[in-house]
Amino acid sequence: MELTDLTITQVHQGLKKKKFSALELCKIYLDKLKEKNKEISAFLTITENLALSQAKKIDDTIQKGREIPSLAGIPLAVKDNILVEDVKCTAASKILENYIAPYDATVIKKLKEQDAVILGKTNLDEFAMGSSTENSAFGPTKNPADLTRVPGGSSGGSAAAVAANLCIFALGSDTGGSIRQPASFCGVVGLKPTYGAVSRYGLIAFASSLDQIGPITKTVEDCKIVFNAIKGKDPMDSTSVESKVQSSKFKIKSLKIGVPKEYFVKGMSPEVEKVIEGAIKKYEEMGAKISEISLPHTEYALPCYFIIAPSEASANLARYDGIKYGYSTASKNQKTTNNLLDVYLESREEGFGAEIRRRIMLGTYALSAGYYEAYYLRAQKVRTLIKEDFDKAFEKVDVIFTSISPTPAFKLGEKIEDPLTMYLSDIFTASINLAGLPAISIPVGKVKNLPVGLQIIGKPFEENTILETGEIFEKTYAEYSSVTTN
Amino acid sequence: MIKKEEVKHIAKLARLGLTEKEITKFQKELSSIFDYIGKLKEVDISEVEPTSHSVGIENMMREDCPNPVETRFQQTAGKQSSKLLKLAPDTKDGYLKTKSIL
Repeated sequence: MELTDLTITQVHQGLKKKKFSALELCKIYLDKLKEKNKEISAFLTITENLALSQAKKIDDTIQKGREIPSLAGIPLAVKDNILVEDVKCTAASKILENYIAPYDATVIKKLKEQDAVILGKTNLDEFAMGSSTENSAFGPTKNPADLTRVPGGSSGGSAAAVAANLCIFALGSDTGGSIRQPASFCGVVGLKPTYGAVSRYGLIAFASSLDQIGPITKTVEDCKIVFNAIKGKDPMDSTSVESKVQSSKFKIKSLKIGVPKEYFVKGMSPEVEKVIEGAIKKYEEMGAKISEISLPHTEYALPCYFIIAPSEASANLARYDGIKYGYSTASKNQKTTNNLLDVYLESREEGFGAEIRRRIMLGTYALSAGYYEAYYLRAQKVRTLIKEDFDKAFEKVDVIFTSISPTPAFKLGEKIEDPLTMYLSDIFTASINLAGLPAISIPVGKVKNLPVGLQIIGKPFEENTILETGEIFEKTYAEYSSVTTN
Repeated sequence: MIKKEEVKHIAKLARLGLTEKEITKFQKELSSIFDYIGKLKEVDISEVEPTSHSVGIENMMREDCPNPVETRFQQTAGKQSSKLLKLAPDTKDGYLKTKSIL
């Protein structure tokens, strides 16, 4: 077994017992990722000096015989829409190509306090808008399981980096499936926490009522450790909430699992369906009670999402104006750029990629005079109904199981030309963001060599239940949750 | 189909420069996406309140006294503002500089 195969708990033990040093580990990871990144393009920036200085600090602490936190010396990667002070943060956009983060996001501050080691920033769909990481202004990431396929998106770089053992864990962000779907496509674990469980301070905003930061890890056990490290109320994010600690002990035999009939739809790959049904059967064998439930407004979740997310995005992205920071035509002294309006129009025309422009247009249209009630307000009302569907279902069951995606990882280039087909990739995940619920993707099988993820959805702030539910599968059927190692 | 003029109007509202080719492209794309979104018209929403926020927090207040976060910010204010100004495309005497409005 190589050092880069280890999980957080294993590395923590190894560091404490001085089997290897943090610096040694960090150098092995840096060498490996510099080499392997040429093949999969998971990283946009490698923060070598930062990583080495963080690792040395840990070794000093260990040398002095002091206790170390559970994430001390653990090499991680950060999605490039989360700010790390004095490190470039591009959101995979030309408009932020040279943007240096002026402060740490709260999640980064928390990880630094634990002395975790930041290896670099990972690729994403521009401003986290997309399902394949092909919308990056700096080129697509490739799926480590099959280099001709996408890693999913938008946190594709983070998921690919964890799957290829280029870091022990990574941070992603999830607005409509952007942690869970790439985790599923790459065969790793990805958690979207309850809206408000993790501070969004320092996350480049996409759709503020849907965005959440969460961990992408090799195991559910690791996922628990990272989630506990980053969660909590933050004075810098007024939507953040302190999660209550659940006292009740998890027992698989008293677990009630709901399977919504609306999630086995036309167009779903029969092979994926088979893997998901197989996983559900295994939970039944372990003693859980399975029942069919109904979420009647399921088919409206995606159209609802594609009003709300672009509307919020069009407002959030108004800040990229070529004046305060980011790409600007103002300093170019072109003859055509005469006044302020020209600076706005030209900076945004040249700085934003195709998908961003499409979403800004969609959102601005939906919010514009005469259409607001027909689109945005209607979508907000449908959002209420979608949330109520889940509330009702959770009166009867503890967790809900669905597939993460209707298909395994698709080919690079397969869907990029047709926005609507690409949008359908989020069909099983977007509803969870609309309802604000926590959900995790765990690997439960493969279609040929391509990983398939099971989505476990929980009640608000009951991350513990979905993590325990995932962990029991991981421990009982270890052969299914193996991470790609090549 | 969304009209060309409408696409131009929306782009202007969004302060987004578009090429002629893009205007035609968006006409087609936005029309097909809004056709799909039109599905929402099937839902009876007559007695439903809108949800803007899943957790339902309202008006977060804090004590009216200096808090540690703000104090931290004030202490590092000089450092912070010079960092922020360095990110701006054009500045003069510590201010952001813009082109003329008229």
